[in-house]
Amino acid sequence: MFSYYLRLAAISLKRNRILTALMVAAIALGIGMSMTSMTVLHMMSSNPLSHKDELVRRVQLDNWDANRPWDEDNPTEPPDIMTYQDTNNLVNAHKAEYESASFSNVLPLEPEKREVKPYMVEALFATSGFFPIFEPPFKYGSGWSPAEDRSAARVAVIDSETNDKLFGGENSVGRKVHLGGEDYTIVGVLEKWNPTPRVYHVGNGAFNDPQSVFVPFSIGIEKQLNSNSNNSCFKNSEPGYAGLLASDCVWLDLWVQVKDAADAQRYAAFLNDYVNEQKKSGRFPRPLNNRLRTVSEFLEAERVVSRDVRTQVWLAFAFFAVCLINTVGLLLAKFMGKAPEIGLRRAVGASKPAVFAQYLTESGLVGLAGGLFGLVLTGLGLLALRKLYAGTSIERLAELDWSMVFASLAIALIASLIAGLYPTWRACQVQPATQLKTQ
Amino acid sequence: MEFRPILNALMRNKTGLLLIALQVAITLAIVCNSVFIILQRIEKVNRPSGMDEQSLFTVTSLGFAPDYDLRGSIRQDLDTLRTMPGVIDATTINSVPLSNGGWSEGLSILPESVPEEQHTYVPSSLYMVDEHGVNTLGVKIVAGRNFTASDVTARTKDDKGSPNVAIVTQALADAMFPDGKALGKQIYSGISGKDAPVTVVGIVERLQAPWVGWDKVEHSMLIPQFQDGEFDGGSARYLIRTEPGRRDEVMKQAEARLGAINTGRIVRGLHSIEEVRGDSYRQDRAMTIVLTTVILSLLAVTGLGIVGMVSFWVTRRVKQIGTRRALGARRFDIRRYFMIENVIVVGIGIAIGLLLTYGFNLWLMKHYELPRLSWYYAPLGALTVLLLGQIAVFGPATRASRVSPAVATRTV
Repeated sequence: MFSYYLRLAAISLKRNRILTALMVAAIALGIGMSMTSMTVLHMMSSNPLSHKDELVRRVQLDNWDANRPWDEDNPTEPPDIMTYQDTNNLVNAHKAEYESASFSNVLPLEPEKREVKPYMVEALFATSGFFPIFEPPFKYGSGWSPAEDRSAARVAVIDSETNDKLFGGENSVGRKVHLGGEDYTIVGVLEKWNPTPRVYHVGNGAFNDPQSVFVPFSIGIEKQLNSNSNNSCFKNSEPGYAGLLASDCVWLDLWVQVKDAADAQRYAAFLNDYVNEQKKSGRFPRPLNNRLRTVSEFLEAERVVSRDVRTQVWLAFAFFAVCLINTVGLLLAKFMGKAPEIGLRRAVGASKPAVFAQYLTESGLVGLAGGLFGLVLTGLGLLALRKLYAGTSIERLAELDWSMVFASLAIALIASLIAGLYPTWRACQVQPATQLKTQ
Repeated sequence: MEFRPILNALMRNKTGLLLIALQVAITLAIVCNSVFIILQRIEKVNRPSGMDEQSLFTVTSLGFAPDYDLRGSIRQDLDTLRTMPGVIDATTINSVPLSNGGWSEGLSILPESVPEEQHTYVPSSLYMVDEHGVNTLGVKIVAGRNFTASDVTARTKDDKGSPNVAIVTQALADAMFPDGKALGKQIYSGISGKDAPVTVVGIVERLQAPWVGWDKVEHSMLIPQFQDGEFDGGSARYLIRTEPGRRDEVMKQAEARLGAINTGRIVRGLHSIEEVRGDSYRQDRAMTIVLTTVILSLLAVTGLGIVGMVSFWVTRRVKQIGTRRALGARRFDIRRYFMIENVIVVGIGIAIGLLLTYGFNLWLMKHYELPRLSWYYAPLGALTVLLLGQIAVFGPATRASRVSPAVATRTV
């Protein structure tokens, strides 16, 4: 029966090509527009640590100015980065399963091979907890140990691209890399790794690529380096690097991993005790206001999803709504134009459900065709977005994936069926007698 | 006018009417708000930075050799750059305007020893340049003087060697000294050290801060200071102004020359300010293009939708039209009938659309910190969709007017 309906629908759609083309084009445009923006939104709102979202927590302490909140527009928000002294104290206290403190800066890299010119790499200065928390995949070797953190051992983990460049992709564990005038022993080589967003540091561009070299946090401090991302102070510190370390300036990312929900509560209580203890020495003039956010809560609070993209999604769906209303109108026009035919079919014995099924099949067919063309438009739309946003984070996000392909087709089909419901219902209301009379 | 009969006929086809009206309404709301966003972005992108953008480029040098002499290297680089043919001037600078990365300070007119509550901090971006900075940037001094070679200090790691003079933008001067007498006044900031003020010796007309999205983008202060290389390893950034039209040629030569005179460092980050501007405003540009596409597609869909619906109505009414023609209606009358019908339908759509437009705007104001829609957007938008409706209906209406009166005499 269904194949018969399909055949009838195809004949009917062919009879009025312009109207059919209009309907398919409207749905295709609507799908293309909304899926293009949805794809970008979908990528932006992804969470690479979703499998342990509850366990990985961002530490935020409110050490800011007594008179001015960290964020004037959002006065209840504590700073989203940390001071050196608190980071250092919390890492040393080691009350969580793992702690990852980090900041980034650039270092000159002088390759052994003479033919490769010295170049700059962005290095992440991180504690050993970084690797178990963010789980970058290792091709060779592994991260370093807490003991190497403490001794500021000259060890490094490099990414696969750097390994290809310096060692032709061989297992380079145990070999040396010359960074900032010193030799570092390579302990690990990563596979290609591109967490989206780059959860561990969203400060200056949540969708930037990860650093290419990872070295112990303590080396950065020993070399008296700052973060090349954000540094904020609310009052003048004592001069020099020692002054910065002892100050209330914030510049570090601190994440911890806990065992379970109860452990997270215990850790939160520990943070409160810590801040109360610090208050005794005159720091933390603001009311107790710590956060121990999960990854998803932190990404939400940091507004990782660009507002422009959100606006585009809303507009695209409003656009889609217009396209659907359009389709309802055109289907209605079309089906009502067939009143005599429907009347005839009803008179010769077709039941209402049969007529209903047939016309719904026709709307579904329009939707499917619209969805397919819409998919092509989505592909073109994403291509255009990649061009428009070349060099920005959005460029990397404008990639079609299978879930979006299926979503587009499903949405097109469902939307067209919904759009077809009213016209189809109206078509079923046709009285055979009146139609036959005028014939 | 046959206004009443048209309305009566329309009321017998409420669904069709409602569908077109709804489309028109949403179209109006989207078009008004999108055009509003687009014009705002265009305005933002077109703000002048105050610099001679077309002739400027920047380059960074980073020393890695163990015996690398930063001070000596900076001096040598600047001498080399300034004497190159086609170069007007060059300076060291800590960050480049329009680049979205830089240094900001809270400035106060009171020393730090004064209790915290009495301070009003005015945020400003800070550019550290030498006595060639003003000429290199191409900013215009409207009051006071430029830096001299003796003003320029070199900051060391323990904060010694702070400058004691500054040049501020007009906007910053007005914000700090509303009485308009900024020249010669003293400003306290972290950069000058505790309780050591800098004196305002000059005011420039305009110079943007590095952050193009900042609401105080014209708050900038220039101080005469060598960029402190010790903090960030041996790095130095240069800004170079060339003769008009010679920028690209000079850029290539400068990179080669800097690389050749000192092999103990890496020369990188060679960018024209035009490129820097393009990068900073890329998202705004992209947004305007995306929204323009949305608007145009939307108008097309709505227009074609009207064509489709009216064509259908015409087909259904062929007999009526024929009868009217037989009874003496001119072609013009028939066409007018459909045109007026369209005005009514679109008019209803506009009425709903105005509500949607302001609703959408309120929502954008709340969630995206957009300002209120200016009053003229809605009427102009309404006029646009009205025109769109008339254009869309013209074809089917003309076809209707060609229906022969003889149709009335035929039975189907």
